[in-house]
Amino acid sequence: MKITFDWLKDHLKTNLKEKNLLEQLTNIGLEVESVESLSSENQLFKVAKIIKTEEHPNADRLKVCDVNIGEKELKKVVCGATNASEGLITIYAPPGAIIPKTNTKLEIAKIRGVTSYGMLCSESELNLSDESDGITELSKKYEKNIGKSYFSKSKSNLIDLSITPNRPDCLGIKGIARDLAASGFGRLIVSKEKQIKLKTKQTLKVKINKEKEQGCTAFGSCLIKNVKNTASPQWLKDKLISVGQKPISAIVDITNYVMLDINRPLHAYDADKIEKGIIVRNSKSGEEFTALDNKIYKLEKGMCVISDNKGVLGLGGIIGGIRSATEFDTKNILLESAYFNPRSVRNTAKKLNLDTDAKFRFERGIDPLSIETGLKKAASLIQEICGGDVSKIDIQKIESYKTKTINFDVNSFEKIIGFKISQKEIQRILTDLGFIIKKEKNFLKLTVPSWRPDISQQIDIIEELVRISGYDKIKTLDPIKDRSKSTLTHTQRLFHFLQRAIASKGYLETITWSFTDQSYNDHFRETNKEVKIVNPISSELGVLRNSIFSNLIMYMSKNLDRGFKDLSIFEIGPVFTGSNPGEQKTVVCGLSAGKKSRLSWIDKERNIDLFDAKRDVVQTLSEAGYDSNEFFIDSKTPNYYHPGKSGRIFLDHSKDKVAAYFGEIHPNILKKIDIKTENLIGFEIFLENLKISRKTLKDQKLKFAVSDFQKSERDFAFVVNKDVEAQELINVISNVNPNLISNIKVFDVYEGENIPDNQKSIAISITIQSSEKTLNDKDLEKINNSIIEAVQNRTGAKIRS
Amino acid sequence: MSDLKKIRDEFISRLKGKLDLAELNKIKSDLFGKNGLVSSQFKKIGTFDVSERKKFASDLNIIKDELQDLIDSKINEIQKANINEKLEKEKIDVTLPERSFLRGKIHPVSQTIDEISSIFSEIGFSVEEGPDVENEYNNFTALNTPDNHPARDMHDTFYLDDKKERLLRTHTSPVQIRTMLKDKPPFKIIAPGRTYRSDSDQTHSPMFHQVEGLHIDKNINMGHLKGCLNYFIKEFFEVKKIKMRFRPSHFPFTEPSAEVDIGYEIKDGKIIIGEGDQWLEILGCGMVHPNVLKNVKVDPTNFQGYAFGIGIDRLAMLKYGINDLRAFFDCDYRWLNHFGFDPLDVPTNYRGLSR
Repeated sequence: MKITFDWLKDHLKTNLKEKNLLEQLTNIGLEVESVESLSSENQLFKVAKIIKTEEHPNADRLKVCDVNIGEKELKKVVCGATNASEGLITIYAPPGAIIPKTNTKLEIAKIRGVTSYGMLCSESELNLSDESDGITELSKKYEKNIGKSYFSKSKSNLIDLSITPNRPDCLGIKGIARDLAASGFGRLIVSKEKQIKLKTKQTLKVKINKEKEQGCTAFGSCLIKNVKNTASPQWLKDKLISVGQKPISAIVDITNYVMLDINRPLHAYDADKIEKGIIVRNSKSGEEFTALDNKIYKLEKGMCVISDNKGVLGLGGIIGGIRSATEFDTKNILLESAYFNPRSVRNTAKKLNLDTDAKFRFERGIDPLSIETGLKKAASLIQEICGGDVSKIDIQKIESYKTKTINFDVNSFEKIIGFKISQKEIQRILTDLGFIIKKEKNFLKLTVPSWRPDISQQIDIIEELVRISGYDKIKTLDPIKDRSKSTLTHTQRLFHFLQRAIASKGYLETITWSFTDQSYNDHFRETNKEVKIVNPISSELGVLRNSIFSNLIMYMSKNLDRGFKDLSIFEIGPVFTGSNPGEQKTVVCGLSAGKKSRLSWIDKERNIDLFDAKRDVVQTLSEAGYDSNEFFIDSKTPNYYHPGKSGRIFLDHSKDKVAAYFGEIHPNILKKIDIKTENLIGFEIFLENLKISRKTLKDQKLKFAVSDFQKSERDFAFVVNKDVEAQELINVISNVNPNLISNIKVFDVYEGENIPDNQKSIAISITIQSSEKTLNDKDLEKINNSIIEAVQNRTGAKIRS
Repeated sequence: MSDLKKIRDEFISRLKGKLDLAELNKIKSDLFGKNGLVSSQFKKIGTFDVSERKKFASDLNIIKDELQDLIDSKINEIQKANINEKLEKEKIDVTLPERSFLRGKIHPVSQTIDEISSIFSEIGFSVEEGPDVENEYNNFTALNTPDNHPARDMHDTFYLDDKKERLLRTHTSPVQIRTMLKDKPPFKIIAPGRTYRSDSDQTHSPMFHQVEGLHIDKNINMGHLKGCLNYFIKEFFEVKKIKMRFRPSHFPFTEPSAEVDIGYEIKDGKIIIGEGDQWLEILGCGMVHPNVLKNVKVDPTNFQGYAFGIGIDRLAMLKYGINDLRAFFDCDYRWLNHFGFDPLDVPTNYRGLSR
């Protein structure tokens, strides 16, 4: 909402300065977004006369004009307008001026080799009208103004307010003045309505159809006959220009002025173009009409339209139509002032994707009791400027406005806000805001002003009171440092633990969008449901991610393109399994590219591989408190992993839920997305699949018990079939005698010479220790034999001698 | 007798010569080996008369000690010389680079969330979460923002179906609804998380982060809200004093509502929070609307309190001097490395929020 202090002063008597005004506006909730000084810049645009025109030496369509701008010397200006001719009085913009339409600063420029000192402006460039064909043509009257500024001087700055959607009353300057006055900033001027003689009857019949969901509840109108529509007088033009509006013609300007002044949207029809009478009704499906924006709208059933016998004239409260638009030669006009239901306006505008000033106001709620005031205010101005005879006012209604009352308990203010204001002050503020107060025994009975659709209950009154009293009066009550409930749940703690544990292994944490490119997502979607966004910001961000890999791979690729080679990144966040709330999982997903070591004076070069990722996952899980000796690992993994070089981890042998996957990303995917790296290894840890210990560390720590008896290490080499997994051997061995076998480590795998085809040798080092005694040779011999026997029997292995 | 002296003199003189380690070991075994000269003398002790035995044994031990000490010190000397010689050869250029390592980092948004949680933990808030996909009711209707309310225009919503029943939450406020429906008052929670709006330009990202706050009890008034936020902002920006301004505003789910500005100034191109006479809007808040409490079956005549919503990314930008919001989600290695935090830098109240 754009206002000026000058305009406010039509409604507000005050001696305070603009600086105070700006502060006060923000203090009462009418936030000042920006303040710009239009006038000082506008002063640069001067009335000028073209003295001579010559053809541009290098361009057919351009002219070089000598322009009198009231200085001794003529200015040379290059101009492309066809109407630029000798003797024309027009508007000149010097270098340094900012062109209102484009908001660009004019500079001295060479145009096809000829220097142009400034520019001759079209009306559209100055936001005076939509006329962009040719430069502005001023009448001979302006001859005496040559060299003077075209725009009248205004001291007022343009103040742009951000009005919250609950305050339609402040979409009119008067409403803002009322709020300011209530807050002690000046006094509201009660303007007297100009009395005009309303002699004739309104002869054009208006009918509101009584239908279900009728969006119009009241329709006021008057006929004004024999008007002469002209350009607006300067004061009106200045007023509109001062708040950034374009003057068009007197009738349109007057309706705009009344709308801006008291937030009463009006519409003027050319009465001669209305066939018989007006019918306000619901639209039929498929009806069409051409709106003032020159677009044809195809209507759905049930939209509130203003129509005549021939069809739709306009969309109620949104936009008028071309057919009945007023023009400069309009003689008889019908002025409309109606009440349209906010819901209906909003629904229709949304369906037709239409946004107009009227719509913005009606959907927030127009004062239903302003119909007559608005008509009278506009009619008297029209009569004053355009002449004509104004008919009596006709108001059709299908519903009467019911005043709202609220019983207000004055003590409720302190309970919610924390400080006290006197009942006297309460009554003063509310009276200034337009409430009618009746004192009852324990409460105030308040009648809500008709222009405040936002007020319906006690809390709304409390808000008004604190807003006007000042938020600075609210005390600052320091919080008490006390905690009765733990801050994080066990799951949240695990989340934070995993996040930092992975980062501590050299991974950079990333945060990527929860949505992704469908084609990337498809690589990792498996059998999951695709969750589409109906209105994505771009087609590349059209689906919710089924896996974090899609984004990580995309960004990994970008980083590799930046020239980084060896890189580990991860993200902890949601992946989606469906489009219902809660159909999401928290995943820690990591991705590493390149080599583990590269070009080193000390180490051999080595590509990153799946055992690097496996270490990171296993180490992280053990750090998080899960016993890695219990883990069960197999090679069943989703299709986006390399089928032979990937694995999944269960926390124990019950294989209940997959705790994690790790492995190489499938080579086909790498090929398809054309990512260039030596190797690409990923992992996923599923937070919800990790069992959360309800025990705190205090309870988890068991009694400290270690054996000080001598331990022995024994190495074994078994020859087994290739498809036997190392894990199987380890399982068998650990079950031989868990009391004595404390550590099992695979230290070599060998295939080739001396080993039959389809077989491999696995070398295992086993630590044997008793907690009761030092084992003697005989004991050790016995356990060795048990180990060999068990492994051979259970896995078909042979001990290698 | 003379035997012992003879042995002693002979070997003392031999040991005076220049000997290597092998020669010394040879002498050692000649003397003290199983059948060494000294060892065999010990075997003789029993053959002496009791009267002479004592003296013989004593003399023998003196000679033994003398020779042994001499040999040991000679060996030591040589070993020391050997080590020194070896060390001389083993000198390495220690300025050569160490084995390479990768440094992981925590994203500034995660770090900021941890900082926020730590601060609110001190005054008794616990952390709640909610899903990213919400239904229309929790995101809007329950929050007193009925369908066709112009306030919905302020949220450019991503929808997941044509009926607009499923959406990506546009704020963290639905967590208020879920929390209050699930439990009984009092409530004292914060809810950090991802939020989404179909908006994308220099200063808007289609995904960003918010933290919601909610405190509902019997007598929580707007003064408590002011106190809580004043405390939070001071702690978060790690300053002693903060200039803070409450401005009336409007949100459908709170009434009265306020926007909060903090004072700042620009010094040497860097933003200084808490000083200066410029205002910066950082959050929205207010007293929870009675309609919202009714929607979650909390009696507004009995319980009241406040709620607030803060943009986490924006807080991180202000605190750590980050200019571009979009860079948060661009995963540029250089950016992550520059603005990221060491994983060991866990914000806590006893060691401080940041180093």
